[in-house]
Amino acid sequence: MTTTDAGVPSAGTATQRFDSVQGVRTALRDVQYLADEGIAGVAYLADRLGKPVLVEGPAGTGKTQLAKSIAEITGSRLIRLQCYEGLDESRALYEWNYKKQLLRIQTERGEGEDWTEIKDDIFSDEFLLTRPLLEAITATDPVVLLIDEVDRVEVETEALLLEILSDYQVSIPELGTITATQIPLVFLTSNNTRELSEALKRRCLYLHVDYPQLDREKEIVLAKVPDITEQLADQVARIVRSIRQLDLKKSPSVSETLDWARTLMLLNIDTIDEQTAKETLNVLLKYQTDIAKAAKELSVDE
Amino acid sequence: MLDLLNGFVVELRNAGLPVSLTENLDAMEAVQHIPIEDREAFKYALGATLIKNHAHWRSFETVFEVYFSLRGPEYKLVEGDEDTDIDELWRELQEQQKQEGTGGAGGLDNLTPEEIAQMLMSALMNGDQGMMRAMAKQAVQRFAGMEPGRPVGGTYYLYRTLRNLDLDSMLEKMMESTRDEAGELTPLEERLEKEEYEDRIDKFKGEIEAEIRRRLVADRGAEAMAKTLRKPLPEDVEFMHASRDEMVALKKSLYPLTRKLAARLARKRKHGRKGPLDFRNTVRHSLSYGGVPAEPKFKYPRPAKPELIVVADISGSVAAFARFTLMLVYAIQNQFSKVRSFVFIDGIDEVTDYFRATEDITEAIHRVNTEADVVWVDGHSDYGHAFEVFWERYGKDVGPKSTVLLLGDARNNYHASQSWVVKEIQHKARHVYWLNPEPRSYWNTGDSIVGEYGTFTDGVYECRNLRQLETFVEKLA
Repeated sequence: MTTTDAGVPSAGTATQRFDSVQGVRTALRDVQYLADEGIAGVAYLADRLGKPVLVEGPAGTGKTQLAKSIAEITGSRLIRLQCYEGLDESRALYEWNYKKQLLRIQTERGEGEDWTEIKDDIFSDEFLLTRPLLEAITATDPVVLLIDEVDRVEVETEALLLEILSDYQVSIPELGTITATQIPLVFLTSNNTRELSEALKRRCLYLHVDYPQLDREKEIVLAKVPDITEQLADQVARIVRSIRQLDLKKSPSVSETLDWARTLMLLNIDTIDEQTAKETLNVLLKYQTDIAKAAKELSVDE
Repeated sequence: MLDLLNGFVVELRNAGLPVSLTENLDAMEAVQHIPIEDREAFKYALGATLIKNHAHWRSFETVFEVYFSLRGPEYKLVEGDEDTDIDELWRELQEQQKQEGTGGAGGLDNLTPEEIAQMLMSALMNGDQGMMRAMAKQAVQRFAGMEPGRPVGGTYYLYRTLRNLDLDSMLEKMMESTRDEAGELTPLEERLEKEEYEDRIDKFKGEIEAEIRRRLVADRGAEAMAKTLRKPLPEDVEFMHASRDEMVALKKSLYPLTRKLAARLARKRKHGRKGPLDFRNTVRHSLSYGGVPAEPKFKYPRPAKPELIVVADISGSVAAFARFTLMLVYAIQNQFSKVRSFVFIDGIDEVTDYFRATEDITEAIHRVNTEADVVWVDGHSDYGHAFEVFWERYGKDVGPKSTVLLLGDARNNYHASQSWVVKEIQHKARHVYWLNPEPRSYWNTGDSIVGEYGTFTDGVYECRNLRQLETFVEKLA
């Protein structure tokens, strides 16, 4: 534990994880995450500027996967904080181990120990339960902190994150301020169900991950589905693009595209015709109205 | 560099994008870390640090393209050697053509329009990016007829170029030749092929637009162009003057907005202030403290959900506004105990059932536009008659729980106003609001009598864009 007053380590002194944008891209490709120019660029900047990245975009476009892949290529430990409504300090930051503190007081009872001594003792590292955020700050090995679905917490709870995001430090009243020994890479993901506060956005780099372009999606399918033929992957990507252009409740995500490709592989299909497309649509789309609409569109020509 | 970026930020702010000082500083730092020659990386670096809302990306892109389109040679930001690239391409192309014995000897400039069309078609069919860019350049030079200093906007040139190229029939031709090559296509294959070509043609149009913009900026300077090309943010687009593209953008941004609004309203309801002391509950809990009321309990107020009655004018000029309001209201309808909707031009009809029958709001709106019986005599707005009929038929349904929304520009074509109806409604209903999509300065000019109706309502609100509409709806629920 470092309760030093050494000040915030600046971006310049931190070891740089990436050499160039292209380097990030190739490294990500090696772990089968196909990044486009924007994604790789922002990841690179996040490292250089030592700033957190706020990743927004529709569900299932690989926002969480990005953080995981970055952790993998930098050889860091991934610390994940899943956000939910009602998340509070004791779940996100730290908590005093109340039971252990009680035990400590109990065992010392009657031995005439001074209260101030006990107090100093029970509010020390030993009785502190670290939660994800504090853990990421105190870690000595390289870590990637992923704060998942940050839009689910209430506006008030967002404030909890601000100190850690801007200064990489946590203030605990009894212990003082704990500053990070190294700057972790921080990723926040959001499904955009509500507008995040300006204060939070200002502290982050912003990255919007959208559904991939045709070529990229095809590459993703090729990389992630073993033994798929180039031609089938191409067809899959094209049909999915076609379906995304329809006005649907929920467009198919990348993960659903992959599921679909796998389904087709299992069924030993090497070219998709209307019939197979219609029969397997339920893998891609999850609403009955959407399925009906897509089936109708695909069968009617022009 | 510093001046350049500062100028860019000022330009962004002029376009209505919120850029704070820290973000500006971040951008300055960010560009030091990326290779300055890499235009794409440069754009993303600026985007990631300056733009924090995806809806703003398009505006950012426009400003970026305009602002940095000609800064090439002095700052080395732009692909300054682009021209040579293309020249090379042209030369290659010519050689190719010489070999094939089809091309003229004088280079691209001497080609006939037919040959250009032919080359464009092959470029599109092969999806050749560099070729497409060269073709765009050539097409603009040849067809747009751009004259220095001529005060017309880019859309005019774009239109001229596209008309000459006739891309629609080109799509047809491309489909035909694909059919010839591949033999019979199944409908599915045909559809996919067509979409692929359409996608390429869209890209090509983008190239043409970029080329025109480049030339315009070269002619008039970046600052002047930034002003004319500035695109309003989706939430600032006026309902009454939105172009078709803007409408699509509006529709897209409406959906996330409703989700946000619903979440915000639900939260407001849940986390409202504490109510008065709940005596029974406090006493009950006091038992665990030996009868000492140590933990006071409060009643949580449960504010009644209002019942909403929407009466909307759907005549030509304000139709878009009515559509968006209905969409918004129905998207968050679980925030109200009941929503009823009526539409009118000079006759009035209830359309609540259209929304009840289907979950698809877009479809319901479509039915409202096509099926509702709203024309009484001539299909020109007659607020007076519509209100009168409303009062006659549905007046008894307006009660102390209802909030009535009247939507329209109150341009009554000099018919009788029948404003007594609004007065009666105000007596019976909890609130009456009037939403007017016209700018405030136009109110009560010409045949607009919003003032006359307004005196009997609890408020008349200007609702020209999504932002204003959102503010009003939030206040309502």
